[in-house]
Amino acid sequence: MSLDQDLPLLSVKNLSHFYGQHLGCKNVNFDLYPGEVLAIVGESGSGKTTLLNCLSTQIIPTDGAVFYRNRKGQSDNLYEMSEAQQRILLRTDWGFVRQHPRDGLRMNVSAGANVGERLMALGDRHYGKIRDTALDWLEKVEIQADRIDDAPRTFSGGMQQRLQIARNLVTNPRLVFMDEPTGGLDVSVQARLLDLIRRLVSELGLSIIIVTHDLAVARLLSDRIMVMKDGKVIEQGLTDQVLDDPHQAYTQLLVSSILHVGS
Amino acid sequence: MSLDQLTNEAPAYNFAYLDEQTKRMIRRAILKGIAVPGYQVPFAAREMPMPYGWGTGGVQVTASVLGESDILKVIDQGADDTTNAVSIRNFFAKTANVDLTTHTSEATVIQTRHRIPEEELQEHQTLVYQVPIPEPLRFLEPRETETRKMHALSEYGLIHVKLYEDIATHGHIATTYAYPVMVEGRYVMDPSPTPKFDNPKMHKSKALQLFGAGREKRIYALPPHTDVVSLDFEDHPFTIQEWPDTKCAMCGAEGVYFDEVILDDAGNNMFVCSDSDYCETRQSEGHLGPLNADYKERMQ
Repeated sequence: MSLDQDLPLLSVKNLSHFYGQHLGCKNVNFDLYPGEVLAIVGESGSGKTTLLNCLSTQIIPTDGAVFYRNRKGQSDNLYEMSEAQQRILLRTDWGFVRQHPRDGLRMNVSAGANVGERLMALGDRHYGKIRDTALDWLEKVEIQADRIDDAPRTFSGGMQQRLQIARNLVTNPRLVFMDEPTGGLDVSVQARLLDLIRRLVSELGLSIIIVTHDLAVARLLSDRIMVMKDGKVIEQGLTDQVLDDPHQAYTQLLVSSILHVGS
Repeated sequence: MSLDQLTNEAPAYNFAYLDEQTKRMIRRAILKGIAVPGYQVPFAAREMPMPYGWGTGGVQVTASVLGESDILKVIDQGADDTTNAVSIRNFFAKTANVDLTTHTSEATVIQTRHRIPEEELQEHQTLVYQVPIPEPLRFLEPRETETRKMHALSEYGLIHVKLYEDIATHGHIATTYAYPVMVEGRYVMDPSPTPKFDNPKMHKSKALQLFGAGREKRIYALPPHTDVVSLDFEDHPFTIQEWPDTKCAMCGAEGVYFDEVILDDAGNNMFVCSDSDYCETRQSEGHLGPLNADYKERMQ
């Protein structure tokens, strides 16, 4: 186990993606270690989401490779796997929390069914056990147990986002992708959600790749940060280091553009 | 051609209405369906001289498998004498001139809307179902590209989400018709809107079962002796409808699928066999229910 901790969970080599002539992202290289939180920041159109979609095999990149170390310790190139294997990874070993809950939840079935879906996909056929697990997870993400049979569309934005997290974590994934999970939430709800994510990360030892344009979110959650501009990674390193002493002009601009109210 | 000729001369239809090339195309789809039980084979459904929802898929399948020596029976909700059954039977009487019957045991081809006859089907018989929506995953996943992928990869967690919702809302699996089944451990299939009462009859049936969906342009099939298992949860096993202490008011049958008939405004009702041929056969054999006109006579 200790050996595993020293080897990267995800290893990204020269990843590039083009939409026809148009550049999505170019020559991205990084390693992600178990239990590590990596933030990808940058302005809209800088290729953050393209990169995230490539990493999670939702689009196949034009060039490059991503190696993922599975639970047996083998490291496989994601893009050489069959589609069936990729989809199994996505619903067992991985999670994907989307910016808009309606993209990540089934809005017309109950919260309990949303959390239980992955379990049923893995072959759980005992209603009582599925429901108990769902209740357990709702509690962990601070949703009241009596809301288990309510449809997510009756939930507030923050609750929907927490439900989405529960739905993803129910299979104990090792790697979770998050695309602007706090976008569209008001500040106090954001703070509570960030708190929850932080707690779950430390409890479960999750690795997370989080895309955000909010540097405050990156500073709170992440160990390391990657700054993207025009499809390229222009700076990466430890979060505190990069944010306290940004080298690139663009990063300096980003950091200086944070509003400091009352200081 | 004169107007007189045009209006008076009966148009010359090919045997069973469809042209031979179309029948070949449909038979190819049927053969593929038989080779891959439960898999929905796309086919180029034709416009039929009846509206969608009236059995255009079933009619095309029947037209393609029908031969001159076949004996055809058509049922609608189990009955031989309801609108849909009568009009389809007349259609084939006109275009194929085959022998018609209402007796299940005599028929070689049975087209059905939503029931399987009570009498066990045999090897020489073919049951053709009319299917409105062939995709069992449709109501949870609207994208056809996605449902096809899910079938291809055997990703069927979603179908249990529906059953889970039933239990969470109603305390038991409340799906009573179009109850999803697993075919040969591979494809999840919608058995068309037959009541779940009939699901066990599909399992290892001796007859060939063909399913045609005209609007959705899909054909699927269950060859004889195919495993058909209704999906459920370990702690909420599959059950069929039951009518405890109920007898058919006409023939006295028990343990069959019943239709409820309202008799007056005072809330009186009776239950009769939904399978009209089964009921009539029993009556002719001397079985009588309490509301049968001959019943009182016999009691006296």
